[in-house]
Amino acid sequence: MTGPCALSHGPMHPSRYEVSRIQRETNDVFTLELEPVDGDGFSFGPGQFTMLYVFGMGEAPISISGDPANGAKLVHTIRSVGTVTGAMDKLKKGDILGVRGPFGTPWPMEEAAGRDVVLAAGGIGLAPLRPVLYQIMADRQRFGKVVLLYGTRTPEDILFRDELEEWRGRMDMEVEVTVDRAGVDWRGNVGVVTTLLPRTVFDPVNTIAMLCGPEVMMRFMIADLMKRGVLAEAIYLSMERNMKCGIGMCGHCQFGPYFVCKDGPVFRYDKVRWLLGVREI
Amino acid sequence: METLESILKDHPFFRGLEPHYLALVVGCAANVVFKEGQVLFREGEEANLFYVVRHGRIALELTSPERGALTVQTVGDGEILGWSWLIPPYHWHYTARAVEETRAITLDGKCLRGKCEEDHHLGYELLKRFAHIMEERLKATQVQLLDVYCPHPPEKKV
Repeated sequence: MTGPCALSHGPMHPSRYEVSRIQRETNDVFTLELEPVDGDGFSFGPGQFTMLYVFGMGEAPISISGDPANGAKLVHTIRSVGTVTGAMDKLKKGDILGVRGPFGTPWPMEEAAGRDVVLAAGGIGLAPLRPVLYQIMADRQRFGKVVLLYGTRTPEDILFRDELEEWRGRMDMEVEVTVDRAGVDWRGNVGVVTTLLPRTVFDPVNTIAMLCGPEVMMRFMIADLMKRGVLAEAIYLSMERNMKCGIGMCGHCQFGPYFVCKDGPVFRYDKVRWLLGVREI
Repeated sequence: METLESILKDHPFFRGLEPHYLALVVGCAANVVFKEGQVLFREGEEANLFYVVRHGRIALELTSPERGALTVQTVGDGEILGWSWLIPPYHWHYTARAVEETRAITLDGKCLRGKCEEDHHLGYELLKRFAHIMEERLKATQVQLLDVYCPHPPEKKV
């Protein structure tokens, strides 16, 4: 196993990975488990992403959604939204993909140690936060209260249902799920994810918050977290931009003075606060 | 033992209310339990009450001919349900149904409305509190309307 940033053939050279398992999550979201064909794979930090290459079709940046403790099995949860991810949706067990990475900054797990942790995810944004939950649960006593707030579009769009049920059943973790709209047969919460925050219990001054989801959702969640007393320096968010090279060279993902692929995707809020909500950035 | 007074006094919505006003509110309050599936009120009915949800979940439903009954929002532990008693013509805009067994405190809005007309300071205190809830719900509705989880066509990190 190589180190977190070790890219044995150079960062632009994809390694071959075989699709070992495909899990259908929702109508348009699926999870691919990949195993390395060349070498032993790599280790990664929660929140990092790879460039997945469908040969002859193109690359797409995808966050790693699997367990950081199991780098030999590379897991990505993907929403089929375009040509490349649509092609990924058609892959079968045994097919080969190219993988570059891991790239980007991870979630601040060391800073989270000893503090309450609030995770707020929207839609597919739960996928990049799942590795955080795996790490927390592997070493649960290192962290204070753990709160997961998850919002998505409809009950049919809920990701990782079995795991959410399992996490909800734990006594050492608070899990709240809401959907934006639902039929009357849905027994859970309806409303945006920010509406879950007042129901949760944590110590704002000793909390670290990690947010991943649509930017608008994160902006509203940040406002509510800060109203609750969470410091700007203790809020982290994963930004989404059009990453191409993964190493801050091509400029496709420029975000003010930053490149999201290299300086992010995980940013501390106070570093990017002035960029959020700016048009055309 | 928890009394209606102690519960309402400690509730964020009523916190800071002058004692004589709190006593007046308590006088208009009663404990209530709704069974799963029970309808609290229906769209179009006269709105004379509001609720402090203590434990449980209430769904606010709208029915459209094309899509049938839809839940547009749920109200849960510690939240306030209902402000139509404050705003003419005092009719409910949604149907409210208990999704699970729900314990709540019901407050006589019609009675309080009369008291607010007589004492504008009380009216202002209650309006300030409801305005805050309305602002929160309006913000939430705006985000809901943005449909932020709708898939976008370009390839982006997911």
